[in-house]
Amino acid sequence: MSDAIISVRNLHKWYSGVHALKGVSLDFRRGEALGLVGDNGAGKSTLINILSGVHRADQGEIKVEGRPVSIATPRDAMDLGIETIYQYNSMVPTMSIARNLFIGREPTRFSVLGVGILDQKKMAEESIRAIANVDLHLRSPDALVGELSGGQRQGVAIARAMHFKSKVMILDEPTNHLSVKETNKVIGFVRGLKEQGVTGVFISHNMHHVFDCCDRIVAMARGEVVLDKRIEDTSIDEVHGVL
Amino acid sequence: MKRLFKTYLEKPELAGLILLVLLIILFQVRSHGVFLNADNLRGILGILPEAGLVAIGVTILMISGEFDLSVGSVFALMPMTMAVLMVHGWPFPLALFAGLLVSAAIGFVNGYVTIRFAIPSFITTLGMLFMARSLTVVVSGGFPPLLPVDLPNWLFTAFVGPGNMFRMSFLWFVAVAVLTSLMLSRTNFGNWIKATGGFMPAAAAMGIPTARVKIVCFMLCSVLSGFAGMLQVLRLGSPLPSIGEGLELQAVAAAVIGGASLTGGIGTVMGGIIGTTLIRVIDNGLVLSHVDANWFKFAIGFLTIFAVVANAWMRKRAKAIKMEG
Repeated sequence: MSDAIISVRNLHKWYSGVHALKGVSLDFRRGEALGLVGDNGAGKSTLINILSGVHRADQGEIKVEGRPVSIATPRDAMDLGIETIYQYNSMVPTMSIARNLFIGREPTRFSVLGVGILDQKKMAEESIRAIANVDLHLRSPDALVGELSGGQRQGVAIARAMHFKSKVMILDEPTNHLSVKETNKVIGFVRGLKEQGVTGVFISHNMHHVFDCCDRIVAMARGEVVLDKRIEDTSIDEVHGVL
Repeated sequence: MKRLFKTYLEKPELAGLILLVLLIILFQVRSHGVFLNADNLRGILGILPEAGLVAIGVTILMISGEFDLSVGSVFALMPMTMAVLMVHGWPFPLALFAGLLVSAAIGFVNGYVTIRFAIPSFITTLGMLFMARSLTVVVSGGFPPLLPVDLPNWLFTAFVGPGNMFRMSFLWFVAVAVLTSLMLSRTNFGNWIKATGGFMPAAAAMGIPTARVKIVCFMLCSVLSGFAGMLQVLRLGSPLPSIGEGLELQAVAAAVIGGASLTGGIGTVMGGIIGTTLIRVIDNGLVLSHVDANWFKFAIGFLTIFAVVANAWMRKRAKAIKMEG
Protein backbone atom coordinates (compact mmCIF):
# COMPACT_ATOMS: atom_id res chain seq x y z
CA MET A 1 0.00 0.00 0.00
CA SER A 2 1.40 3.39 -0.93
CA ASP A 3 0.28 5.31 2.14
CA ALA A 4 1.89 2.87 4.58
CA ILE A 5 4.49 4.62 6.73
CA ILE A 6 5.67 1.39 8.31
CA SER A 7 4.97 -1.98 6.85
CA VAL A 8 6.09 -5.22 8.41
CA ARG A 9 6.01 -8.53 6.57
CA ASN A 10 6.13 -12.02 7.99
CA LEU A 11 7.76 -11.03 11.30
CA HIS A 12 8.89 -13.90 13.56
CA LYS A 13 10.35 -13.84 17.04
CA TRP A 14 11.28 -16.67 19.37
CA TYR A 15 12.09 -16.18 23.07
CA SER A 16 14.04 -19.18 24.37
CA GLY A 17 11.75 -21.65 22.64
CA VAL A 18 8.54 -19.65 22.80
CA HIS A 19 7.24 -18.60 19.40
CA ALA A 20 6.10 -15.09 20.37
CA LEU A 21 5.43 -13.69 16.89
CA LYS A 22 4.21 -16.05 14.19
CA GLY A 23 4.63 -14.26 10.90
CA VAL A 24 2.94 -10.94 11.56
CA SER A 25 2.28 -8.69 8.56
CA LEU A 26 0.82 -5.24 9.16
CA ASP A 27 0.67 -1.78 7.59
CA PHE A 28 0.72 1.36 9.69
CA ARG A 29 -0.83 4.10 7.58
CA ARG A 30 0.16 7.74 7.57
CA GLY A 31 -1.83 9.94 9.91
CA GLU A 32 -3.89 7.08 11.28
CA ALA A 33 -4.54 6.31 14.94
CA LEU A 34 -4.24 2.55 15.26
CA GLY A 35 -5.35 0.71 18.36
CA LEU A 36 -3.39 -2.44 19.13
CA VAL A 37 -5.21 -4.73 21.54
CA GLY A 38 -4.67 -8.21 22.87
CA ASP A 39 -4.22 -10.21 26.03
CA ASN A 40 -0.93 -10.49 27.91
CA GLY A 41 1.42 -12.63 25.87
CA ALA A 42 -0.49 -12.02 22.64
CA GLY A 43 2.64 -10.60 21.04
CA LYS A 44 1.80 -6.93 20.93
CA SER A 45 4.65 -5.90 23.22
CA THR A 46 7.03 -8.07 21.20
CA LEU A 47 5.94 -6.36 18.00
CA ILE A 48 6.35 -2.92 19.57
CA ASN A 49 9.73 -3.77 21.05
CA ILE A 50 10.95 -4.79 17.61
CA LEU A 51 9.73 -1.55 16.04
CA SER A 52 11.28 0.58 18.79
CA GLY A 53 14.66 -1.16 18.65
CA VAL A 54 14.57 -2.92 22.01
CA HIS A 55 14.55 -6.39 20.43
CA ARG A 56 15.38 -7.66 16.98
CA ALA A 57 13.14 -9.86 14.88
CA ASP A 58 14.46 -13.33 14.10
CA GLN A 59 12.89 -13.28 10.66
CA GLY A 60 10.87 -10.92 8.50
CA GLU A 61 11.06 -7.52 6.89
CA ILE A 62 10.38 -3.98 8.07
CA LYS A 63 9.94 -1.09 5.65
CA VAL A 64 9.71 2.55 6.68
CA GLU A 65 8.27 4.80 3.96
CA GLY A 66 8.92 2.07 1.44
CA ARG A 67 12.59 1.52 2.27
CA PRO A 68 13.75 -1.69 3.95
CA VAL A 69 15.33 -0.80 7.30
CA SER A 70 17.24 -2.47 10.09
CA ILE A 71 16.34 -1.30 13.59
CA ALA A 72 19.05 -2.47 15.98
CA THR A 73 18.86 0.09 18.79
CA PRO A 74 16.32 2.53 20.24
CA ARG A 75 18.39 5.24 18.64
CA ASP A 76 17.90 3.72 15.15
CA ALA A 77 14.15 3.76 15.68
CA MET A 78 14.21 7.38 16.85
CA ASP A 79 16.30 8.39 13.86
CA LEU A 80 13.67 6.82 11.60
CA GLY A 81 11.00 8.91 13.32
CA ILE A 82 9.56 6.12 15.47
CA GLU A 83 9.12 7.30 19.03
CA THR A 84 7.91 5.01 21.80
CA ILE A 85 6.31 6.16 25.00
CA TYR A 86 6.36 3.47 27.65
CA GLN A 87 4.12 2.99 30.59
CA TYR A 88 6.68 4.04 33.19
CA ASN A 89 10.12 4.30 31.78
CA SER A 90 10.17 7.28 29.50
CA MET A 91 11.18 9.95 32.02
CA VAL A 92 13.91 10.37 34.63
CA PRO A 93 12.10 11.64 37.74
CA THR A 94 15.19 13.24 39.31
CA MET A 95 15.72 15.53 36.32
CA SER A 96 13.93 18.66 35.16
CA ILE A 97 11.34 18.74 32.38
CA ALA A 98 13.71 20.62 30.08
CA ARG A 99 16.50 18.09 30.67
CA ASN A 100 14.13 15.18 30.14
CA LEU A 101 12.88 16.55 26.84
CA PHE A 102 16.36 16.41 25.38
CA ILE A 103 17.83 13.23 26.95
CA GLY A 104 20.16 11.69 24.39
CA ARG A 105 19.45 14.46 21.85
CA GLU A 106 20.77 17.51 23.66
CA PRO A 107 21.47 20.56 21.52
CA THR A 108 25.14 21.48 21.93
CA ARG A 109 27.02 24.63 21.05
CA PHE A 110 30.04 22.67 19.91
CA SER A 111 31.08 19.11 20.40
CA VAL A 112 33.98 16.73 20.04
CA LEU A 113 33.16 13.09 19.31
CA GLY A 114 29.55 13.63 20.26
CA VAL A 115 30.29 15.20 23.64
CA GLY A 116 29.82 18.93 23.95
CA ILE A 117 28.57 21.97 25.84
CA LEU A 118 24.79 22.11 26.30
CA ASP A 119 22.92 24.95 24.67
CA GLN A 120 20.84 25.67 27.77
CA LYS A 121 19.14 28.74 26.33
CA LYS A 122 17.87 26.75 23.38
CA MET A 123 16.77 23.92 25.67
CA ALA A 124 14.77 26.28 27.88
CA GLU A 125 13.10 28.08 24.97
CA GLU A 126 12.27 24.98 22.99
CA SER A 127 10.96 23.07 25.98
CA ILE A 128 8.52 25.87 26.79
CA ARG A 129 7.28 25.81 23.22
CA ALA A 130 7.14 22.01 23.05
CA ILE A 131 5.03 21.81 26.19
CA ALA A 132 2.69 24.57 25.05
CA ASN A 133 2.24 22.82 21.68
CA VAL A 134 0.59 19.81 23.24
CA ASP A 135 -1.65 22.10 25.27
CA LEU A 136 -0.02 21.13 28.53
CA HIS A 137 0.09 23.74 31.25
CA LEU A 138 3.10 23.36 33.49
CA ARG A 139 4.69 25.85 35.81
CA SER A 140 8.23 25.85 34.56
CA PRO A 141 10.51 23.66 32.44
CA ASP A 142 12.86 23.57 35.44
CA ALA A 143 10.39 21.65 37.60
CA LEU A 144 11.43 18.08 38.35
CA VAL A 145 9.54 15.39 36.46
CA GLY A 146 9.23 13.50 39.76
CA GLU A 147 6.83 16.20 40.94
CA LEU A 148 4.45 15.76 37.99
CA SER A 149 1.36 13.58 37.96
CA GLY A 150 1.26 10.48 35.78
CA GLY A 151 -0.84 12.20 33.14
CA GLN A 152 1.46 15.21 33.01
CA ARG A 153 4.43 12.91 32.55
CA GLN A 154 2.77 11.23 29.59
CA GLY A 155 2.06 14.73 28.27
CA VAL A 156 5.72 15.67 28.51
CA ALA A 157 6.69 12.40 26.80
CA ILE A 158 4.28 13.18 23.98
CA ALA A 159 5.58 16.75 23.77
CA ARG A 160 9.07 15.31 23.42
CA ALA A 161 8.04 13.01 20.60
CA MET A 162 6.24 15.86 18.83
CA HIS A 163 9.19 18.16 19.25
CA PHE A 164 11.51 15.72 17.53
CA LYS A 165 9.06 15.48 14.63
CA SER A 166 8.37 11.83 15.05
CA LYS A 167 6.31 10.30 12.27
CA VAL A 168 5.05 7.36 14.28
CA MET A 169 4.29 7.55 17.95
CA ILE A 170 3.86 4.29 19.81
CA LEU A 171 2.11 4.61 23.15
CA ASP A 172 2.48 1.47 25.27
CA GLU A 173 -0.33 1.33 27.83
CA PRO A 174 -0.22 5.10 28.39
CA THR A 175 -3.43 5.16 30.43
CA ASN A 176 -2.49 2.53 33.01
CA HIS A 177 -2.69 3.75 36.59
CA LEU A 178 -4.10 7.12 35.56
CA SER A 179 -7.16 8.82 36.99
CA VAL A 180 -10.22 9.23 34.76
CA LYS A 181 -9.45 12.90 34.21
CA GLU A 182 -5.86 12.20 33.24
CA THR A 183 -6.88 9.33 31.01
CA ASN A 184 -9.14 11.71 29.09
CA LYS A 185 -6.22 14.05 28.73
CA VAL A 186 -4.05 11.31 27.23
CA ILE A 187 -6.86 10.23 24.90
CA GLY A 188 -7.06 13.87 23.86
CA PHE A 189 -3.35 13.80 23.03
CA VAL A 190 -3.82 10.74 20.84
CA ARG A 191 -6.69 12.42 18.98
CA GLY A 192 -4.50 15.48 18.53
CA LEU A 193 -1.81 13.45 16.78
CA LYS A 194 -3.91 13.12 13.63
CA GLU A 195 -4.17 16.88 13.22
CA GLN A 196 -0.39 17.03 13.33
CA GLY A 197 -0.11 14.34 10.69
CA VAL A 198 1.47 11.84 13.09
CA THR A 199 0.66 8.15 13.03
CA GLY A 200 -0.32 6.94 16.48
CA VAL A 201 -0.12 3.37 17.70
CA PHE A 202 -2.09 3.07 20.89
CA ILE A 203 -1.69 -0.08 22.96
CA SER A 204 -4.16 -0.71 25.71
CA HIS A 205 -6.03 -3.32 27.68
CA ASN A 206 -8.97 -0.99 27.91
CA MET A 207 -11.23 -1.39 24.89
CA HIS A 208 -13.16 1.78 25.66
CA HIS A 209 -10.02 3.89 25.58
CA VAL A 210 -9.06 2.41 22.23
CA PHE A 211 -12.49 2.90 20.68
CA ASP A 212 -12.48 6.47 22.01
CA CYS A 213 -9.53 7.68 20.02
CA CYS A 214 -8.54 5.27 17.24
CA ASP A 215 -9.48 4.93 13.56
CA ARG A 216 -8.58 1.29 13.22
CA ILE A 217 -8.31 -1.71 15.51
CA VAL A 218 -5.79 -4.50 15.24
CA ALA A 219 -6.25 -7.37 17.65
CA MET A 220 -3.53 -9.93 18.35
CA ALA A 221 -3.72 -13.34 19.98
CA ARG A 222 -1.11 -16.08 20.34
CA GLY A 223 1.44 -14.20 18.25
CA GLU A 224 -0.86 -13.55 15.29
CA VAL A 225 -3.10 -10.77 14.01
CA VAL A 226 -6.65 -12.05 14.45
CA LEU A 227 -8.62 -8.94 13.55
CA ASP A 228 -7.87 -5.79 11.53
CA LYS A 229 -10.85 -3.49 10.92
CA ARG A 230 -11.85 0.16 10.77
CA ILE A 231 -13.44 1.28 13.99
CA GLU A 232 -16.83 1.88 12.32
CA ASP A 233 -16.88 -1.67 10.94
CA THR A 234 -16.50 -3.42 14.26
CA SER A 235 -17.58 -3.30 17.87
CA ILE A 236 -16.14 -3.90 21.30
CA ASP A 237 -18.04 -7.18 21.46
CA GLU A 238 -16.58 -8.43 18.19
CA VAL A 239 -13.05 -7.60 19.31
CA HIS A 240 -13.61 -9.33 22.63
CA GLY A 241 -14.93 -12.31 20.74
CA VAL A 242 -11.75 -12.94 18.79
CA LEU A 243 -9.36 -12.51 21.72
CA MET B 1 10.77 34.58 46.87
CA LYS B 2 8.92 31.33 47.42
CA ARG B 3 10.44 29.94 44.23
CA LEU B 4 13.92 30.93 45.39
CA PHE B 5 13.33 29.27 48.75
CA LYS B 6 12.15 26.10 47.03
CA THR B 7 15.08 26.07 44.63
CA TYR B 8 17.55 26.27 47.49
CA LEU B 9 15.81 23.66 49.58
CA GLU B 10 16.11 21.31 46.61
CA LYS B 11 19.87 21.73 46.39
CA PRO B 12 21.27 18.41 47.62
CA GLU B 13 24.42 19.94 49.09
CA LEU B 14 22.58 22.45 51.29
CA ALA B 15 22.49 20.35 54.49
CA GLY B 16 26.23 19.70 54.26
CA LEU B 17 26.99 23.35 53.66
CA ILE B 18 24.99 24.49 56.69
CA LEU B 19 26.69 21.87 58.87
CA LEU B 20 30.08 22.97 57.58
CA VAL B 21 29.50 26.62 58.44
CA LEU B 22 28.16 25.74 61.90
CA LEU B 23 31.14 23.51 62.63
CA ILE B 24 33.64 26.13 61.50
CA ILE B 25 32.05 28.66 63.85
CA LEU B 26 32.00 26.12 66.69
CA PHE B 27 35.65 25.14 66.25
CA GLN B 28 36.71 28.74 65.84
CA VAL B 29 35.16 29.60 69.19
CA ARG B 30 36.27 26.41 70.97
CA SER B 31 39.87 26.76 69.80
CA HIS B 32 40.01 30.43 70.84
CA GLY B 33 40.57 31.62 67.29
CA VAL B 34 43.32 29.17 66.36
CA PHE B 35 41.17 27.22 63.91
CA LEU B 36 40.95 29.88 61.22
CA ASN B 37 44.47 31.23 61.53
CA ALA B 38 46.77 31.00 58.52
CA ASP B 39 48.96 28.17 59.81
CA ASN B 40 46.08 25.89 60.59
CA LEU B 41 44.25 26.63 57.34
CA ARG B 42 47.43 25.89 55.43
CA GLY B 43 47.51 22.49 57.10
CA ILE B 44 43.90 21.70 56.21
CA LEU B 45 44.19 22.96 52.63
CA GLY B 46 47.38 20.96 52.13
CA ILE B 47 45.64 17.64 52.85
CA LEU B 48 42.18 18.43 51.47
CA PRO B 49 42.99 17.87 47.75
CA GLU B 50 43.97 14.24 48.32
CA ALA B 51 40.70 13.16 49.92
CA GLY B 52 38.80 15.72 47.83
CA LEU B 53 39.85 14.31 44.45
CA VAL B 54 38.80 10.83 45.55
CA ALA B 55 35.46 12.18 46.75
CA ILE B 56 34.85 13.93 43.40
CA GLY B 57 35.34 10.64 41.56
CA VAL B 58 33.19 8.68 43.98
CA THR B 59 30.45 11.32 43.84
CA ILE B 60 30.26 11.31 40.04
CA LEU B 61 30.22 7.51 40.00
CA MET B 62 27.44 7.49 42.58
CA ILE B 63 25.41 9.92 40.46
CA SER B 64 25.73 7.44 37.59
CA GLY B 65 24.24 4.84 39.92
CA GLU B 66 27.34 2.82 40.82
CA PHE B 67 29.71 2.47 43.71
CA ASP B 68 33.49 2.06 44.14
CA LEU B 69 35.10 0.55 47.23
CA SER B 70 38.48 0.08 45.57
CA VAL B 71 39.49 3.76 45.54
CA GLY B 72 41.61 3.47 48.68
CA SER B 73 43.61 0.60 47.18
CA VAL B 74 44.06 2.38 43.83
CA PHE B 75 45.19 5.38 45.88
CA ALA B 76 48.12 3.22 47.06
CA LEU B 77 48.70 1.13 43.93
CA MET B 78 49.09 4.03 41.49
CA PRO B 79 52.02 5.78 43.29
CA MET B 80 53.56 2.38 44.11
CA THR B 81 53.52 1.50 40.40
CA MET B 82 55.22 4.81 39.67
CA ALA B 83 57.82 4.37 42.40
CA VAL B 84 58.77 0.87 41.25
CA LEU B 85 59.05 2.00 37.63
CA MET B 86 61.18 4.97 38.61
CA VAL B 87 63.49 2.71 40.60
CA HIS B 88 63.93 0.83 37.33
CA GLY B 89 65.00 4.04 35.66
CA TRP B 90 61.75 5.27 34.11
CA PRO B 91 61.55 9.08 33.97
CA PHE B 92 58.80 10.72 36.04
CA PRO B 93 56.40 11.71 33.19
CA LEU B 94 56.44 8.20 31.74
CA ALA B 95 55.92 6.63 35.16
CA LEU B 96 53.08 9.07 35.79
CA PHE B 97 51.45 8.04 32.52
CA ALA B 98 51.86 4.35 33.36
CA GLY B 99 50.40 4.91 36.82
CA LEU B 100 47.36 6.68 35.42
CA LEU B 101 46.97 3.92 32.84
CA VAL B 102 46.96 1.27 35.58
CA SER B 103 44.32 3.26 37.47
CA ALA B 104 42.19 3.62 34.34
CA ALA B 105 42.52 -0.11 33.65
CA ILE B 106 41.28 -0.95 37.15
CA GLY B 107 38.33 1.38 36.65
CA PHE B 108 37.59 -0.29 33.34
CA VAL B 109 37.68 -3.77 34.86
CA ASN B 110 35.41 -2.61 37.72
CA GLY B 111 32.91 -1.23 35.23
CA TYR B 112 33.12 -3.97 32.64
CA VAL B 113 32.72 -6.83 35.13
CA THR B 114 29.87 -5.04 36.91
CA ILE B 115 27.93 -4.47 33.69
CA ARG B 116 28.87 -7.59 31.72
CA PHE B 117 27.87 -9.95 34.52
CA ALA B 118 25.13 -7.69 35.93
CA ILE B 119 26.44 -7.89 39.49
CA PRO B 120 26.37 -5.10 42.09
CA SER B 121 29.39 -2.79 41.85
CA PHE B 122 29.61 -3.14 45.63
CA ILE B 123 30.81 -6.72 45.08
CA THR B 124 33.06 -6.04 42.09
CA THR B 125 34.86 -3.19 43.78
CA LEU B 126 35.04 -4.96 47.15
CA GLY B 127 36.95 -7.69 45.34
CA MET B 128 39.09 -5.06 43.64
CA LEU B 129 39.78 -3.44 47.04
CA PHE B 130 41.60 -6.60 48.14
CA MET B 131 43.21 -7.35 44.80
CA ALA B 132 44.65 -3.86 44.24
CA ARG B 133 45.89 -3.64 47.82
CA SER B 134 47.56 -6.99 47.48
CA LEU B 135 49.16 -5.97 44.18
CA THR B 136 50.52 -2.85 45.87
CA VAL B 137 52.36 -4.92 48.46
CA VAL B 138 53.48 -7.49 45.88
CA VAL B 139 55.03 -4.99 43.46
CA SER B 140 56.74 -3.16 46.32
CA GLY B 141 58.33 -6.45 47.39
CA GLY B 142 57.41 -5.65 50.96
CA PHE B 143 59.67 -2.63 51.21
CA PRO B 144 58.66 0.81 50.03
CA PRO B 145 61.08 1.72 47.23
CA LEU B 146 63.10 4.89 47.58
CA LEU B 147 61.81 7.79 45.52
CA PRO B 148 64.33 9.59 43.30
CA VAL B 149 65.40 13.01 44.58
CA ASP B 150 64.69 15.00 41.42
CA LEU B 151 60.87 14.73 41.47
CA PRO B 152 58.83 17.65 40.09
CA ASN B 153 57.49 18.61 43.52
CA TRP B 154 57.20 22.20 42.33
CA LEU B 155 54.34 21.04 40.15
CA PHE B 156 52.43 19.06 42.79
CA THR B 157 53.29 19.79 46.41
CA ALA B 158 55.24 23.08 46.63
CA PHE B 159 53.62 25.89 48.60
CA VAL B 160 52.35 28.79 46.50
CA GLY B 161 50.04 31.78 46.71
CA PRO B 162 49.84 34.70 49.12
CA GLY B 163 51.62 33.82 52.35
CA ASN B 164 52.33 30.37 50.84
CA MET B 165 48.74 29.51 51.67
CA PHE B 166 48.25 26.62 49.22
CA ARG B 167 50.13 23.69 47.91
CA MET B 168 50.21 23.19 44.15
CA SER B 169 47.99 20.15 44.73
CA PHE B 170 45.23 22.54 45.74
CA LEU B 171 45.35 24.19 42.31
CA TRP B 172 45.08 20.76 40.65
CA PHE B 173 42.14 20.02 42.91
CA VAL B 174 40.38 23.29 42.01
CA ALA B 175 40.98 22.71 38.31
CA VAL B 176 39.57 19.16 38.46
CA ALA B 177 36.63 20.34 40.57
CA VAL B 178 35.74 23.10 38.10
CA LEU B 179 36.12 20.84 35.07
CA THR B 180 34.12 17.93 36.47
CA SER B 181 31.48 20.31 37.81
CA LEU B 182 31.06 21.86 34.37
CA MET B 183 31.03 18.42 32.80
CA LEU B 184 28.17 17.37 35.02
CA SER B 185 26.04 20.49 34.69
CA ARG B 186 26.89 21.92 31.29
CA THR B 187 27.61 19.06 28.90
CA ASN B 188 25.41 16.46 27.29
CA PHE B 189 27.62 13.78 28.84
CA GLY B 190 26.71 15.15 32.28
CA ASN B 191 23.07 14.85 31.30
CA TRP B 192 23.64 11.22 30.35
CA ILE B 193 25.33 10.48 33.69
CA LYS B 194 22.37 11.90 35.61
CA ALA B 195 19.84 10.15 33.40
CA THR B 196 21.66 6.81 33.66
CA GLY B 197 21.78 7.02 37.44
CA GLY B 198 18.35 8.62 37.78
CA PHE B 199 16.40 5.96 35.91
CA MET B 200 18.33 3.61 33.69
CA PRO B 201 15.41 2.11 31.70
CA ALA B 202 14.41 5.61 30.53
CA ALA B 203 17.97 6.56 29.69
CA ALA B 204 18.43 3.36 27.69
CA ALA B 205 15.07 3.78 25.93
CA MET B 206 16.14 7.27 24.85
CA GLY B 207 19.24 5.83 23.23
CA ILE B 208 21.90 6.74 25.83
CA PRO B 209 24.81 4.27 25.83
CA THR B 210 24.35 3.60 29.55
CA ALA B 211 27.03 0.90 29.80
CA ARG B 212 29.64 3.17 28.24
CA VAL B 213 28.59 6.10 30.44
CA LYS B 214 29.02 3.98 33.58
CA ILE B 215 32.38 2.55 32.50
CA VAL B 216 33.70 6.07 31.83
CA CYS B 217 32.58 7.09 35.34
CA PHE B 218 34.32 4.04 36.87
CA MET B 219 37.50 4.95 34.99
CA LEU B 220 37.32 8.62 35.97
CA CYS B 221 36.85 7.65 39.61
CA SER B 222 39.86 5.32 39.52
CA VAL B 223 42.11 7.80 37.72
CA LEU B 224 41.27 10.59 40.19
CA SER B 225 41.96 8.26 43.12
CA GLY B 226 45.30 7.19 41.67
CA PHE B 227 46.26 10.79 41.01
CA ALA B 228 45.29 11.75 44.57
CA GLY B 229 47.43 8.90 45.91
CA MET B 230 50.39 10.20 43.96
CA LEU B 231 49.88 13.65 45.50
CA GLN B 232 49.98 12.15 48.97
CA VAL B 233 53.11 10.13 48.25
CA LEU B 234 54.89 13.21 46.89
CA ARG B 235 53.85 15.12 50.01
CA LEU B 236 55.03 12.37 52.38
CA GLY B 237 58.11 11.56 50.32
CA SER B 238 57.63 7.79 50.52
CA PRO B 239 55.26 5.33 48.79
CA LEU B 240 53.86 3.42 51.77
CA PRO B 241 51.77 0.43 50.70
CA SER B 242 49.25 1.12 53.45
CA ILE B 243 48.11 4.61 52.45
CA GLY B 244 44.46 5.14 51.63
CA GLU B 245 43.13 2.40 53.91
CA GLY B 246 39.62 3.36 54.96
CA LEU B 247 39.58 6.15 52.41
CA GLU B 248 36.85 4.44 50.36
CA LEU B 249 34.33 4.72 53.15
CA GLN B 250 35.36 8.27 53.98
CA ALA B 251 34.83 9.19 50.34
CA VAL B 252 31.38 7.61 50.32
CA ALA B 253 30.58 9.45 53.56
CA ALA B 254 31.77 12.71 51.96
CA ALA B 255 29.61 12.16 48.88
CA VAL B 256 26.57 11.29 50.98
CA ILE B 257 27.06 14.21 53.39
CA GLY B 258 27.27 16.37 50.27
CA GLY B 259 23.86 15.16 49.16
CA ALA B 260 24.66 12.40 46.66
CA SER B 261 22.09 9.64 46.61
CA LEU B 262 23.21 6.02 47.01
CA THR B 263 20.64 5.01 44.41
CA GLY B 264 22.02 7.43 41.82
CA GLY B 265 20.79 10.41 39.86
CA ILE B 266 21.23 12.99 42.59
CA GLY B 267 24.36 14.80 43.71
CA THR B 268 26.89 17.46 42.79
CA VAL B 269 30.66 17.75 42.65
CA MET B 270 30.39 20.71 45.04
CA GLY B 271 28.53 18.48 47.49
CA GLY B 272 31.35 15.93 47.47
CA ILE B 273 33.84 18.72 48.13
CA ILE B 274 31.73 20.13 50.96
CA GLY B 275 31.52 16.63 52.46
CA THR B 276 35.28 16.14 52.28
CA THR B 277 35.94 19.57 53.75
CA LEU B 278 33.56 18.77 56.58
CA ILE B 279 35.48 15.60 57.39
CA ARG B 280 38.84 17.42 57.29
CA VAL B 281 37.44 20.22 59.46
CA ILE B 282 36.21 17.75 62.08
CA ASP B 283 39.52 15.88 62.08
CA ASN B 284 41.43 19.10 62.64
CA GLY B 285 38.90 20.91 64.82
CA LEU B 286 38.58 18.10 67.37
CA VAL B 287 42.31 18.20 68.00
CA LEU B 288 42.38 21.98 68.27
CA SER B 289 39.53 22.02 70.74
CA HIS B 290 41.26 19.39 72.91
CA VAL B 291 38.68 16.70 72.36
CA ASP B 292 39.92 13.11 72.44
CA ALA B 293 40.78 12.40 68.76
CA ASN B 294 39.14 9.01 69.00
CA TRP B 295 35.81 10.76 68.69
CA PHE B 296 36.69 11.52 65.05
CA LYS B 297 35.05 8.45 63.54
CA PHE B 298 32.04 8.83 65.78
CA ALA B 299 31.55 12.38 64.51
CA ILE B 300 31.86 11.34 60.85
CA GLY B 301 29.40 8.52 61.35
CA PHE B 302 26.92 10.69 63.14
CA LEU B 303 27.16 13.45 60.54
CA THR B 304 26.67 11.03 57.68
CA ILE B 305 23.38 9.83 59.09
CA PHE B 306 22.35 13.29 60.19
CA ALA B 307 23.07 14.88 56.80
CA VAL B 308 21.05 12.28 54.92
CA VAL B 309 18.11 12.62 57.29
CA ALA B 310 18.27 16.41 57.02
CA ASN B 311 18.47 16.21 53.24
CA ALA B 312 15.47 13.92 52.97
CA TRP B 313 13.52 16.23 55.23
CA MET B 314 14.42 19.33 53.20
CA ARG B 315 13.56 17.65 49.92
CA LYS B 316 10.17 16.73 51.31
CA ARG B 317 9.64 20.31 52.46
CA ALA B 318 10.61 21.61 49.04
CA LYS B 319 8.19 19.25 47.34
CA ALA B 320 5.41 20.44 49.63
CA ILE B 321 5.84 24.04 48.48
CA LYS B 322 3.34 24.30 45.66
CA MET B 323 4.27 26.57 42.82
CA GLU B 324 1.74 28.18 40.53
CA GLY B 325 2.16 29.88 37.20
